Amino acid sequence: MTDQPLLRVRGLTKHFPVRQGLRSTGLVQAVDGLDFDVQPGETLGLVGESGCGKTTTGRMLVRLLEPTAGSIEFAGRDITHAGRRELRPLRQDLQIIFQDPYASLNPRHTVGRIVAMPLQVNGIKPPGGIKARVQELLELVGLNPEHYNRYPHEFSGGQRQRIGIARALALRPKLIVADEPVSALDVSIQAQVVNLLRDLQRDLGLAFVFIAHDLAVVRHFCQRVAVMYLGRIVEIGDRADIYERPQHPYTRALLSAIPDVTRLGPGGRIRLSGDVPTPLDPPSGCRFRTRCWKAQDICATQEPALVPRDGGNQATACHFPEAVGASLLAEGAPAGDAAGAIVEEVSP
Amino acid sequence: MSLSPVEGVALAEIESSADAGGPAVKGVVGRSPGQLAWLRLRRDRTAMVSGVLLIFFMVLGLAAPLIEMVYGIGPREQFQNLLDGFGMPLGYAGGVTGEHWFGLEPGLGRDIFIRLIYGLRTSLFIAFAAALITATIGVVLGALAGYLGGWLDAVINWITDLTLAMPFLIIALALTPTITLRFYGERGQVSSAFGVGVLIGVFAIFGWTSTARLVRGQVIALREREFVEAAKASGAGLGHMLFRQLLPNIWAPILVSFSLAVPQFITSEAALSFIGVGLSDETPSFGRMIYRSLDFLQTDPAYVFFPGITIFALVFAFNLFGDALRDALDPKSSR
Amino acid sequence: MARFLIKRLFSATLTLFAVSVLTFLMFFALPRDPVTGMCPKNCSPERLERVRTELGLNDPLISQYAGYMKGIVMGRDLGSAQGGRCDAPCLGWSYVTNEAVSDTIARVLPVTLSIVIPAAILWLLLGVGLGMVSALRRGTWLDRLAIGFSLTGASLQLYFVGAVLLLVFVYNLRLLPVPSYTSIFDNPAKWASGLVLAWVALAFLFSAIYARLSRAQMLETLSEDFVRTARAKGLAKPKVYGRHALRAAITPVVTIAGLDVGGALGGTVITETTFGIQGLGRTAVDAVRSGDLPTIMATVLIAAVFVVLANVLVDLLYAAIDPRVRLR
Repeated sequence: MTDQPLLRVRGLTKHFPVRQGLRSTGLVQAVDGLDFDVQPGETLGLVGESGCGKTTTGRMLVRLLEPTAGSIEFAGRDITHAGRRELRPLRQDLQIIFQDPYASLNPRHTVGRIVAMPLQVNGIKPPGGIKARVQELLELVGLNPEHYNRYPHEFSGGQRQRIGIARALALRPKLIVADEPVSALDVSIQAQVVNLLRDLQRDLGLAFVFIAHDLAVVRHFCQRVAVMYLGRIVEIGDRADIYERPQHPYTRALLSAIPDVTRLGPGGRIRLSGDVPTPLDPPSGCRFRTRCWKAQDICATQEPALVPRDGGNQATACHFPEAVGASLLAEGAPAGDAAGAIVEEVSP
Repeated sequence: MSLSPVEGVALAEIESSADAGGPAVKGVVGRSPGQLAWLRLRRDRTAMVSGVLLIFFMVLGLAAPLIEMVYGIGPREQFQNLLDGFGMPLGYAGGVTGEHWFGLEPGLGRDIFIRLIYGLRTSLFIAFAAALITATIGVVLGALAGYLGGWLDAVINWITDLTLAMPFLIIALALTPTITLRFYGERGQVSSAFGVGVLIGVFAIFGWTSTARLVRGQVIALREREFVEAAKASGAGLGHMLFRQLLPNIWAPILVSFSLAVPQFITSEAALSFIGVGLSDETPSFGRMIYRSLDFLQTDPAYVFFPGITIFALVFAFNLFGDALRDALDPKSSR
Repeated sequence: MARFLIKRLFSATLTLFAVSVLTFLMFFALPRDPVTGMCPKNCSPERLERVRTELGLNDPLISQYAGYMKGIVMGRDLGSAQGGRCDAPCLGWSYVTNEAVSDTIARVLPVTLSIVIPAAILWLLLGVGLGMVSALRRGTWLDRLAIGFSLTGASLQLYFVGAVLLLVFVYNLRLLPVPSYTSIFDNPAKWASGLVLAWVALAFLFSAIYARLSRAQMLETLSEDFVRTARAKGLAKPKVYGRHALRAAITPVVTIAGLDVGGALGGTVITETTFGIQGLGRTAVDAVRSGDLPTIMATVLIAAVFVVLANVLVDLLYAAIDPRVRLR
């Protein structure tokens, strides 16, 4: 690892108060104590089911939401509670791509205005003029620069997402938070957009925090992956480790849900029973225990820490991590192992 | 949504209906939502007829001094020689002749036609000025309240409630003479420009609430949209957020409310001068004319009809146009 | 529901309090000397000074205001020149009419109520009825007629309509007497015939807005899923429209109606002026003309009370129609 990470997140927490009338009746613990780093040029995937707090995390990273607790350091500077003016120079290095390509572009602005917006807001006059820069950006993301004067409603979803990407690139950022950038797109378009992002990442040396619920997309794009469950990171590690040697039961369950044509039959499919508990009142101890087939008494009383296993880069928050080497891919169709047996019991 | 084929667009992708653009006429040339609305407006016969009528009224008002020259009679000239012993105009229908197109006022014997033209001028000027000022106040307050929320929203909302709770006519009635007295004292000759200014001021104080509510609601609906967050993530300030990102998306309802506010102010101005506030009798005004005509309902019924029908036609044209504008700007609401 | 009501009433009281302070400041603090208006012509300076002291105008503003509010809540002693003891709700003494303002109000309020309440019933029935019919017969000549009617009504001026009505029914056809107010308890027939023109004029103008609004609402509601479901499951048309659709379509009408009626109760200034009936609005106009501050103050306050109460009532009705509102 290099000396200083580009992004350093410690204990990042966001609680939303729930109000009824004037009284506060509870707290939604959307994100609860996240720790992770992103190195320059690195792509970190943030995966989990909807409602696990990954979007909230992304919003906090670009300071669209105010963190309740914890700290965010960007390029060595604490930006956790920085005001708009303090943030200004950093905004150029830190951008976001949104999920919904229909909602994220102002329908009353031309494409040129949309892409030029970050430049204008920050008072940047690129050499050769704003228009030239915008057209250059449009070309970079694979759009026709002649479409400068068109309106968003004249574009398809995939093209709109490209416009959103061009806008994020306008300031030449070092880190882009991509909040489910392809999940609103057709599958056929998804691959194009992900490939575009990967090319840009490679060519421009961008770092990404890539938020997604689609593990296949993350695997294609990310060097490191963090798995979230109910506002916490349950496992984080290099792509190969997470996908091939998952240690947390939840990661295993998620991975087993990826449809894979090479694994026919119901074999290793782990079906989680029950629903995700409400973040208003998360379970004590390990948050996953209510749906975990390995849960024991200790899981309800003691919260497992996110600790590295075997001195590697992979860290897991579980009292009973999977044995290292129990590669998911190595498991054959027969459901003879312990996990499979219990799955039979928990699945309805 | 019309799905005409476009080069290079994957048709498999579904157009979102949340998109505010309306039925997009897709062509080679990009058309802004505003241009599309303009096209729809031009195809609407009611809009065109009422629009032409409005322009006609506005030209009449603007060209009032010119018309006076051509017509050859001023608004304050009295023709006592054309009245009978009781002060009633001689001849038919209140003294309508080739010289006095709409007849004469009973009592003072002033020419009704030229007074109507000048009344139109005053009325339109006051209404447009008041609508502009109230729209500006309403847009700024509403946008601030909606976008920033919190205590500011609560305060602005409360002020709105308060303003709505004040009986407009009575307060205006009581306030105008007080303000005039303050500036002119007991005996000063009040200029008509001052009277007009006071009226506009009173309208500005009371008239902004509906625009503010409208804009507030629209801004609240928009502020969670991702394009707003995108601007925020780029470090945009409050001014950019309100005027560059949000307002372009709500100018349509603002324009409609503006176009419907103008006839309301015409009506209010006439109502105020009807109950005797605002403009002095010297300044020609619809409301004042109708008020005076009530005394002559039995003896000179024609007197009430000229101003009554003129103001009806004016307000009617504005309302028709405002409706058509609404339909053109928001095709979904047309029913 | 009780908590909702309490909260609403609290904010209503706050608004009324602010209105009273504002009005007080506007009329008593502005440079115009209120005494000149209250004292008949040729007042000697000594007399002016005496009136001023009697009215407490030399006291600081706050104690003047406190005295005024105390009078409203518990009554107060005004001094012999102003009729002595003034019971709650005491609105002060008018030097112009030489009577307690509350007596004036008690006399003219029934007049305004007699104008507004029947007119409101008329305009609601006419407006909502027209809106419904034209929504259900959308696109027919009936619909177009209703739209034309509502556009015309929305563009007409009350005083003009009133003048035309007077001209036709009173002066030309002589079907009706010159408008005037008789108490309904004395002679209901005379009460009605004296006010019917005012009702018709108000109803014609106001129903226009309701016809438009309820037509648009009804059309929107009719296209909603639950109405289609109700039709699909075989409910008869009148039942669906009457029970399901009407209920959903009526909510915005209730809001506007509350505000309109509340506003109108505060004084139908134009109507009363046009027809020459002495109600609250006319009284306010006269008070302004003669500089009768206690009466102006009282009419403004009463108008505000009506508007605010109407607002509370609308909210309560809303909560009754739509249970979700209560949660806010």
